[in-house]
Amino acid sequence: MGKPKIACYWAASCGGCDVSVLDIGSKLADIVEQVEIVFWPIALDFKYKDVEAMPDQSIDICLFNGGIRNEENEHMAKLLRRKSKILIAYGACAYLGGILGLANLATLKELFSRVYRETPSTVNPENTVPQPTVKVKEGELKLSPLLEYLKPLNEVVEVDYYIPGCPPIGEKAWEALIALIKGEKPPKGTVLTADERTVCDSCPRVKEEKKIKELKRIYQVIPDPEKCFLEQGIICMGPATRGGCDAQCIKAGLPCKGCFGPAPNVEDQGARMLSALASIVEVNSEEEAKRFAESVADPAGTFYLFSLPSSMLKRRVK
Amino acid sequence: MSEKEEPRIGVFICHCGTNIAGVVDVKQVVDFTSKQPNVVFATDYTYMCSDPGQALIKDSIKEHKLNRVVVAACSPRMHEPTFRKTCQEAGLNPYLFEMANIREQCCWVHMGEPEKATEKAKALVKAALAKASLLEPLTPMEFNVERSALIIGGGIAGIQAALDLANAGFHVYLVEKEPSIGGHMAQLDKTFPTLDCSACILTPKMVDVGRHPNITLLTYCEAQEVEGFIGNFKVKILRKARYVDEKACTGCGVCAQKCPVKVPSEFDLGLGMRKAIYIPFPQSVPITHTIDKENCLYFTRGVCKVCEKFCPAKAIRFDQQDETIELKVGIIINATGYDLFNAKKLPQYGYGKYKNVITGLEFERLVNASGPTGGKIVRPSDGKTPKSVAFIQCIGSRDEHHGVPYCSRICCMASLKHAHQVKEKIPGAEVCVFYIDLRCFGKGYEEFLVRVQDEGIRLVRGKVSEIYENPETGNLRLRLEDTLLGEVMETEFELVVLAVALVPRAEAPALQTLLKVSRGADGFFLEAHPKLRPVETHIPGIFICGCAQGPKDIPDTVAQASAAAAQAAIPLSQGKVTAEPLTAYVLEDYCSGCGVCEAICPYKAIELKEVEEGKRRAEVNEALCQGCGLCGAACPSKAIVLRGFTEPQLMSQIEALSSV
Repeated sequence: MGKPKIACYWAASCGGCDVSVLDIGSKLADIVEQVEIVFWPIALDFKYKDVEAMPDQSIDICLFNGGIRNEENEHMAKLLRRKSKILIAYGACAYLGGILGLANLATLKELFSRVYRETPSTVNPENTVPQPTVKVKEGELKLSPLLEYLKPLNEVVEVDYYIPGCPPIGEKAWEALIALIKGEKPPKGTVLTADERTVCDSCPRVKEEKKIKELKRIYQVIPDPEKCFLEQGIICMGPATRGGCDAQCIKAGLPCKGCFGPAPNVEDQGARMLSALASIVEVNSEEEAKRFAESVADPAGTFYLFSLPSSMLKRRVK
Repeated sequence: MSEKEEPRIGVFICHCGTNIAGVVDVKQVVDFTSKQPNVVFATDYTYMCSDPGQALIKDSIKEHKLNRVVVAACSPRMHEPTFRKTCQEAGLNPYLFEMANIREQCCWVHMGEPEKATEKAKALVKAALAKASLLEPLTPMEFNVERSALIIGGGIAGIQAALDLANAGFHVYLVEKEPSIGGHMAQLDKTFPTLDCSACILTPKMVDVGRHPNITLLTYCEAQEVEGFIGNFKVKILRKARYVDEKACTGCGVCAQKCPVKVPSEFDLGLGMRKAIYIPFPQSVPITHTIDKENCLYFTRGVCKVCEKFCPAKAIRFDQQDETIELKVGIIINATGYDLFNAKKLPQYGYGKYKNVITGLEFERLVNASGPTGGKIVRPSDGKTPKSVAFIQCIGSRDEHHGVPYCSRICCMASLKHAHQVKEKIPGAEVCVFYIDLRCFGKGYEEFLVRVQDEGIRLVRGKVSEIYENPETGNLRLRLEDTLLGEVMETEFELVVLAVALVPRAEAPALQTLLKVSRGADGFFLEAHPKLRPVETHIPGIFICGCAQGPKDIPDTVAQASAAAAQAAIPLSQGKVTAEPLTAYVLEDYCSGCGVCEAICPYKAIELKEVEEGKRRAEVNEALCQGCGLCGAACPSKAIVLRGFTEPQLMSQIEALSSV
């Protein structure tokens, strides 16, 4: 038997996940000795037709990062599913939908208009927008049509395992891969490299009484480096976010954004965080409660930064 | 029941007379139900809560070997305990019972739409079935009860409850924030409708309290901390320093005679004076004097000590300190009474501006023989006897916009009593009561009304809109519309008495936090059920009585106080209580110690324990837990489960509801 065959693919993603794979530095060279990389668009020159030519189930493990945003993403997800023995949703986007999934709060039309016309940094006096097809002298170019909304990988194909994080922690991810290669297979659907408890468990900050009167944003205050962010009125997704990251953002002085996704028992990370937050707010009237609620800047981007497409909200319907 | 045993559900659909059967097609619901999975028996009956109805359930459990029971009837708040007991009597764990509310939540709200109501009843039954299949047997916990009581408030309510419990053989700690017990009743002159002297009927009870071997009287004290649960409350009481040795003081009063400082008397509502060392009123219990530190010359200027010099009992202790007393009690009765509405909030009546506008309680002090005027009704402005007195009703009461929406219940009778007293003490005086409605509903009240009418008291239906003073005479001109005559009138009186509303104590919010009990929209403490549990609160072991629960007169207060004592005596005499097993517990493997649950628990039942350096885990004290479910809803990692309301149980209900 030859070396285990590994594929890496990126769908709707920023590229950070691929970088995380490279993140382990020189160890990568050792690993590459043990495995055979058969497909990795960001690093190696394979074509889609090479994948199509592979026998089904010939890839041992496929790390699939990015959400499913267009038909090309969906096609590749299905293709790689067919070709792979183990398909792993790698990183927050493939696992939960990710940041790009926040676009599910807009219709396609609004999204298009926002990106190509309205953002403050856009200068587009001629109203140039991408066309589905364009003729050039070499022939016709086609752009893959966008799907109506972004989906996490498991909405289009069956997924064997998940590796969370934006991006995942490269070293831990490789460890998990090696274990899989060795045949140590956890139950299907397991979120690898993640804890059962939430980020709070590994957070070194002192927690006293969870009661807050008002919210502050991190740029408005100099947070006490020893004290729980939430108790200082700074929204930290730690309580509602699965641990495994060793609270690295918090240790670096930033509140948790929630990239490891919901706790194992939880379906909707944002809803859980919202109800936890609402539970610790000290307000005495409807009026104060309203004012508090309005003080949450960008609620979707706060509570659902990584998980909107896999949440109960999923997307805007109308 | 073993885990593998298949659910065998019996469903019992109640007609509730025509309450349910008059709207919902019960037969259709039975047909529908009997076809549902796991249902082995479904039937209906006119009154499921009746003896034959319960017998039907019990027989069916045995006959059909039911291991789950669903009753579709009224609100579980009414009859869930009934049917749980029924199940238990038939040998089934009472927590394998589920109730579908097809009366309040269906028939009563959809009376005009019987077909839709029938469909909804089916959905509600289906949801109950879904949950029933997932129910697990639970066992109530049992705790010992400390056989002593804490009563907060030493007015007539607290006094009555204390005496009843003490006479029943339980030790009572009666806490009163003032230097003497007696409360508002001690300030009253006569009581309606019998015109008993208030002090004459109250003081014997006060004296009984003072010397009862089973009562520890804690005056000038305040409850500061309350922890624990029914049977096992730990209470910290602040005993404020009165700078007099309670044991040594004989109450001879020499100190007060000699004290050079005069201060407006709180007991006389500022109409009379007291000394800086004082007892609030002659019949005070205890008779121990108290130094008012704010006004005492020794405390303010470091000189005097006259009281110490003259005290024959050597009871003065300038070095006395506040102290904290710790008690363990089994039950607590909240008998904290009421405050009066501040009539200054209604400036049109000129209270606080015109000297001759006074409140009903001030009138009580004026007319009382031991009051500041020796019982003479005189005008505060000039000390003259008024020849005409007006009583104005509903000052603050029944006034949604500027006062309180409710009726204060005592004012009509109190003013009629005052009117009678004016007639008695000032022959020939013109007395007029201005009312919106006269509410004389108690025993002997209507008769009293007739009596005072016969005495020549004028009753005018109309709310006074404005009072202004003639600055030369101090007389008051009242403007109003007589709504029976339909005439706007203006009339002059020499003294005006305002019947101000009874309102919740200013300290009520603090006490609410302390006891973790609820208050109603009116601000008064809330009973567990307005009709059937009138003296219990939602917290087991904490009871209410008297005006703390809402305005009421003395007969009602005394009756309620005895009721509270009787209710409280149940756990005290049982010596043990059982607690609902519908409590929360923590899935330790998922708890990360964030502390959200601890912060939100209204019963302080959750504590975070450090299991190793920097690692905390929540722990529920199941004796304190009341099963409200807030922690479970708040937990960001769903590490808390509420027994009887687990996520699978609730989700299955929702799914069933949405699938019909």
